[in-house]
Amino acid sequence: MSSRLATGGRRIDRSKRLSFSFNGTKLTGFEGDTLASALLANGQDLVGRSFKYHRPRGIVAAGAEEPNALVALGQGDRMEPNQRATITELFDGLSARSQNHWPSLQFDIGAINARLSRFLPAGFYYKTFMQPRAAWKHLFEPVIRKSAGLGPAPTQGDPDRYEYFYAHTDVLVAGGGIAGLAAARAAAEAGARVLLVEQDSRFGGRSATDGVVIDGTDAEAWVAEQVAALSAMPNVDLRLRTMAAGVYDHGYVTLYERAGDRDPGAAPVRHRLWRVRAGRTVTATGAIERPISFAGNDRPGVMLASAVRDYIDLYAVSPGDRTVVVTATDDGYRTALAVRDAGLDVPAVLDTRPDPKGPLVDAVRARGIRVEAGRGIAKVRGTRRVTGVDICAQAGEGAVIEHVPCECVAMAGGWSPVVHLWSHCGGKLLWDETAHHFRPDPDRPPTGADGQGFAVTAGTASGPMDTGAALADAVEAGHRAAKALGHDKGAPRIPQADGTADGPPAAVWMMPHGAGPELRGKAFLDFQNDVKVSDVQLAAQEGYQSVEHTKRYTTLGMATDQGKLSNINGLAILSDSLGAPIPEVGTTTFRPPYTPISLGAVAGEARGSLFKPVRRTPIHDWHADAGAVWEPVGDWRRPYCYPKDEESHRDAVNREITATRSGVGLLDASTLGKIIVSGPDAAAFLDLTYTNMMSSLKVGRCRYGLMCTENGFLFDDGVVVRLSEDSFLCHTTSGGSDRVHAWMEEWLQTEWWDLKVWTSNVTEQFGQIAIVGPKARSVLERLGGMDLSAEALPFMAMAEGTLGGIGVRIFRISFSGELSYEIAVPAGRARALWDMLLAEGAADGITPYGTEALHVMRAEKGYIMIGDETDGTVIPQDLNLGWAVSKKKSDFIGKRAMERSALTDPDRKQLVGLETEDPALVLPDGAHAVSGQTNRFGQQETLGHVTSTYWSPTLNRSIAMALVSGGSRRMGETLDFSLEDGRIAKARVVDPVFLDKDGERQNV
Amino acid sequence: MLILRCPYCGVDAEETDLAPGGEAHLTRHGPGSDDAEFRDYLFQRRNPRGVHFERWRHAFGCGKWFHAARCTQTLEVFGTYSAQCSEPPEEIMTAIRTRRPDWEMPA
Ligand SMILES: [Zn+2]
Repeated sequence: MSSRLATGGRRIDRSKRLSFSFNGTKLTGFEGDTLASALLANGQDLVGRSFKYHRPRGIVAAGAEEPNALVALGQGDRMEPNQRATITELFDGLSARSQNHWPSLQFDIGAINARLSRFLPAGFYYKTFMQPRAAWKHLFEPVIRKSAGLGPAPTQGDPDRYEYFYAHTDVLVAGGGIAGLAAARAAAEAGARVLLVEQDSRFGGRSATDGVVIDGTDAEAWVAEQVAALSAMPNVDLRLRTMAAGVYDHGYVTLYERAGDRDPGAAPVRHRLWRVRAGRTVTATGAIERPISFAGNDRPGVMLASAVRDYIDLYAVSPGDRTVVVTATDDGYRTALAVRDAGLDVPAVLDTRPDPKGPLVDAVRARGIRVEAGRGIAKVRGTRRVTGVDICAQAGEGAVIEHVPCECVAMAGGWSPVVHLWSHCGGKLLWDETAHHFRPDPDRPPTGADGQGFAVTAGTASGPMDTGAALADAVEAGHRAAKALGHDKGAPRIPQADGTADGPPAAVWMMPHGAGPELRGKAFLDFQNDVKVSDVQLAAQEGYQSVEHTKRYTTLGMATDQGKLSNINGLAILSDSLGAPIPEVGTTTFRPPYTPISLGAVAGEARGSLFKPVRRTPIHDWHADAGAVWEPVGDWRRPYCYPKDEESHRDAVNREITATRSGVGLLDASTLGKIIVSGPDAAAFLDLTYTNMMSSLKVGRCRYGLMCTENGFLFDDGVVVRLSEDSFLCHTTSGGSDRVHAWMEEWLQTEWWDLKVWTSNVTEQFGQIAIVGPKARSVLERLGGMDLSAEALPFMAMAEGTLGGIGVRIFRISFSGELSYEIAVPAGRARALWDMLLAEGAADGITPYGTEALHVMRAEKGYIMIGDETDGTVIPQDLNLGWAVSKKKSDFIGKRAMERSALTDPDRKQLVGLETEDPALVLPDGAHAVSGQTNRFGQQETLGHVTSTYWSPTLNRSIAMALVSGGSRRMGETLDFSLEDGRIAKARVVDPVFLDKDGERQNV
Repeated sequence: MLILRCPYCGVDAEETDLAPGGEAHLTRHGPGSDDAEFRDYLFQRRNPRGVHFERWRHAFGCGKWFHAARCTQTLEVFGTYSAQCSEPPEEIMTAIRTRRPDWEMPA
């Protein structure tokens, strides 16, 4: 059982005791602990259950690569699942819960999966749960959802604040170990601006724990000296708790700063996402130790050898009284020495190499520690935790030579450089035959806009694992990065490290080498996703050759740790099974972020009202004061209706319609898109962009126009007004103004650049108010200033003048079928005009109406609405708008497409009106007309669907429009519409113009 | 996230300030074209791994469309140039050939 040692602990401050809770139990730790070290100090070595088999799992690592120790951190609205205990700094009041177990961590019902593991092989989701389909829905899925998945998702909104931070620098150094510090110093002394970031809460990385001596001083002192020197330089910034998360195109790097995690609720910002542009990025990201694949390597108490000495040295935590070291490297001996130095027992060092030698081996032997050469572990004993190991020959099949009792097993499988950042944007890797790892290929870096590499690796991240070579590499990297950017002051000095390089490691991918199925089936590669050696071998047997396919089939490396520990071992097993060398099998793709980052940081400030800007009309405040119900239209907020007192929305809409049709209504139409198109070729240009002829439009007149894409599909509509010989005002839909303006500019700039045309989007420069209804003219006439008689301003004409002293442009156009004037007014005067119209119209009962009344009135007239009657596959002819498609013009956008046979098919869906047999029944939006036949898939055959459907207070019945196959031939037919409850509603196909077919109401 | 220099306003624009417009130098086939030409104009794209000519718009800047010649594999940018041309100008071709001597303009 793990415990706190009486002395030592480089990072902890024993005078500052912190209390925290785990699964509701109160525990204590020290300032400087991580949650993982504090849990171990309290003897809590069972921290969770594995994903698939619910096997008990303990802490394996001491850093970001930890696969097992994921906890739900915090409570209530600050609860966050899947947080790694190894990088969670302890603070007073921290609350954590273990995950993926039910009903409890100690007793877990899902652990039965482990006994069924024979039936849950690689690809089990694909194999087992495909058939029968009903079983999937009712049996497998509910069970899997209950028992699978790691932490629960939070149910409440995140109360904390997150932000983005933008930065530019010459050289970004990712990693603040000795290599990062040396590289930063070399770059900074050459004159470059340097930003150095370190994910941990301290600089120096592993150097102090590993007993590194540089320039005659111990690492801790050397690191302090470098940090002090760098801090004093004006061209250097240092940041702790900041991880380089992703490297992207052209030197764009995201950093993830955990600014407030130790102070929940009190810190002004919890996480900060840095968006950095760096001239060069130096990846000084160090290396990660590999576990070893032997049976039972996932039992709590089996740890990385480096993590064992981290816990002892940094936190004074004993992982157990007796630690067996199993190693393929000299480095494992450092752990043996650290364990012994802490006064703990090392019953044996099992070295897979037949003839271990060198200074570290000698030092261990000199301490009287038993070293067994050519040996490995056949099997770990113990269920909840390690109780001992069975020793075997590494070269054999696992025959047990001896049983050695112990509480901890330290695995030293060799080191792999952290190549993630290098690889994110295309840096390539080399397989190192001596060190048995992938390392960055310096000749194939990720490249920037100039074609030059923009990333440089430094230190152990480059490959060399001994301190002297790593430091030399780092200084050179920092200097080279600065020099590439034109900073070349002085010559860098390379710090000298004491000691000699370690001897070569052995490649140990399976322990023992000849392990049979029984052992392979208990040797885990991916601890978090429960992928074993046998799973990868099975995948290879079943024909998987690509590492990317094998990854997805077995789920190797697909957990939240993204295979930081399992990648190379899994790859080696696959390579062995396929009989292909490792570099040929290759690695899976390294994708950002390096470790998971919070969704809050990704969202930054873009939440709530800042998620998307809202556009407000100049009359917005009046609508708000009048109690408008809002409807989002594009980025706008428009009044849906204005309920009075206790009035329902539907009653309000009906009242607004009736008041408008019988008296006068007022609509804020300011959101309509308004684009001025001017220049000598304006008319010719509009002839190309609209399906109609616009060049024949007379000055002062209006014409309803349609715009299609080059595919022939209708995408926007609106009234075009000819303001003068060479200028037009094009109205667009409310949501479409930016899109249409961009569309016009694209054609002008990239296809018809010879045309002399200028466009400007003046949507927000003008307010627009529609005054609608039989009494509209008299209200305007009382305001005075303009002759608005039918003779002076006929239907589809425009007039400019002043109305009640305000300069206006009036269009006599109608979207309701009523006598209607749309009045454009400079935005700053829109509210004044609105107020004036309300006051003047009060005697006539003038009634503001919202978008729903607008919709019902346009539907009563059979007018289409872009987005209701159109869906990106509808052409004007489908909507009976063929009259607006010019046959005279030789070209317009979409003309060629309309010649395609599919667009002239008489069975295309066409717009019709519908009257339900039951006039009180309003058809559901989108309801399908069904033929009663079934198609070849056994589904109901549909004839079409409802596009607009309303209660019409004017006609005192429901009305609808629909797109129906061969619609115009079906007038008078009765169609069946299927309702959600399975009932059928019958409706008769009619002319979509329900009201005033001859247009007498507006023609007055 | 790419950086492209807008040839109109001279700004080195971040990709978030730009809107992509797909392959450059397409020939519009309108009324009178046959079905194959029209299909290719609407849908057929080269999508090469290597040198590519693209349309971009400085959407959150000056609003202008422009062309970029770049390598889709290495992300190297050979240059940006006016949208008002139907083939890359000579200096862009020279820049590409300098960096990619074996490259040939596809037919
Ligand atoms: Zn620009």
